[in-house]
Amino acid sequence: MITHPTALELIDAVIGFIEQRAAPQLKDRDAFHARVAVNALAAVRREIEFGPAAEAAAVERLKAILGRDGDFIELNEALAAGIQDGSIDAADPAVAAHLKASIIDQVRIDQPNYSGLKALTG
Amino acid sequence: MSDELQSALTALAPRLAEGGTTVSDLRRLSGGASQELWSFEVDGAAGQRRLILRRKPPGNPGSGNAIGLPNEAFLIQKADQQGAPVPPIVHVCQPEDGIGEAYVMGAVEGETLGRRIVRDEAFASVRPKLAGQCGRILAQIHAIPREGLPDLPVSDALTEIGKYEEVYRTVGARRPIFEAAFRWLKDRAPAPVEPVLLHGDFRNGNIMFQPEVGVAAVLDWELAHFGDPAADLAWLCVNAWRFGGAKPVGGFGDYADLLDGYHQGGGREVPLERLLYWQTLGSMKWGVMCMTMYASFASGADPSVERAMIGRRTSENEIDLVKLLEEANA
Repeated sequence: MITHPTALELIDAVIGFIEQRAAPQLKDRDAFHARVAVNALAAVRREIEFGPAAEAAAVERLKAILGRDGDFIELNEALAAGIQDGSIDAADPAVAAHLKASIIDQVRIDQPNYSGLKALTG
Repeated sequence: MSDELQSALTALAPRLAEGGTTVSDLRRLSGGASQELWSFEVDGAAGQRRLILRRKPPGNPGSGNAIGLPNEAFLIQKADQQGAPVPPIVHVCQPEDGIGEAYVMGAVEGETLGRRIVRDEAFASVRPKLAGQCGRILAQIHAIPREGLPDLPVSDALTEIGKYEEVYRTVGARRPIFEAAFRWLKDRAPAPVEPVLLHGDFRNGNIMFQPEVGVAAVLDWELAHFGDPAADLAWLCVNAWRFGGAKPVGGFGDYADLLDGYHQGGGREVPLERLLYWQTLGSMKWGVMCMTMYASFASGADPSVERAMIGRRTSENEIDLVKLLEEANA
């Protein structure tokens, strides 16, 4: 990936533009959507920043649970299918730990202020 | 559109207030997503009266689950007769009124924003009473005799799970936590009870609160149906409706107060475990609903950034599900 600017800097620039220049000129529904747009960009920013490490960690856990190799999409699909058909028990400690770690990483990207994140991480 | 409505309501004015002749200050309220909401004043012998028109958007086929506005008005009147706080129904529109499918109700002052109910100082003194009030009101609604009510859908836990699992599979997302939740919910579905009339969407946002009074009116009856009383009690406790409040019931109260209020109001005994089961089902349901709202963006039906971003709220419900399943399995 190139620098000067990085993707994160570009996102910050757009967030700054919406918040400081565009949003003050908007009303009602459009003002609301501008706030949502900033939230969306902030989530994209966090996904770029934290997503690769979270996915790599998830792949390692999934390999251990499933005893096979593969990329995230394949392994996640195998886990979902296994829980669905009953061949994998979601309450098994390794599976439960994986689901918990994965969703903590995901909510840290999607909605880091969500009360349920604090409730689960203590 | 507003001019047309203004003249239709003016023609109706004598029916809306004794001696009513004119309608003024007609404005569209935001908030109603599936239904239009209009506020206006009608003059009458007793002075100005503020009224609310709830109307199906012309040309909109409506949501698949909604029961229709005449049914809503009918149920609100029934709840009123039971003593539940609801807006007074003033008029159910007829075809000759030229307004479409709609009804007019008295305006009720108050606050519906969950964040304010949970945090604002104005609600500090009444807040400890709210969960008990909600329990008693649900007991009143659930006591409405089924005889003479419209033919609304009947749904138990397995019906609900089946409905939302089908929607989830149609969207096509692959999320192991939902798979775990579907399985857990199916394995532990409680034995069905005699179905009662449920409000169907009893939660912050659909309840009008006043600082001195507490619950002033129960709104938005469009998802009413027959089912397990615990479903209504639990929906208010789903974390999505707590708005960051620390307490489980709507962010403002404790389970024991809600269940005690329900029992004192004449409701049958509902064990906390049954409520928690339905709360888990509720988190699954709201998670799937967030996905379907995203799907309306993905299909191009509603290309707004809000519809896109609400898809990222599905994970909030997944984290709640993980916590609920962890506690239930402990």
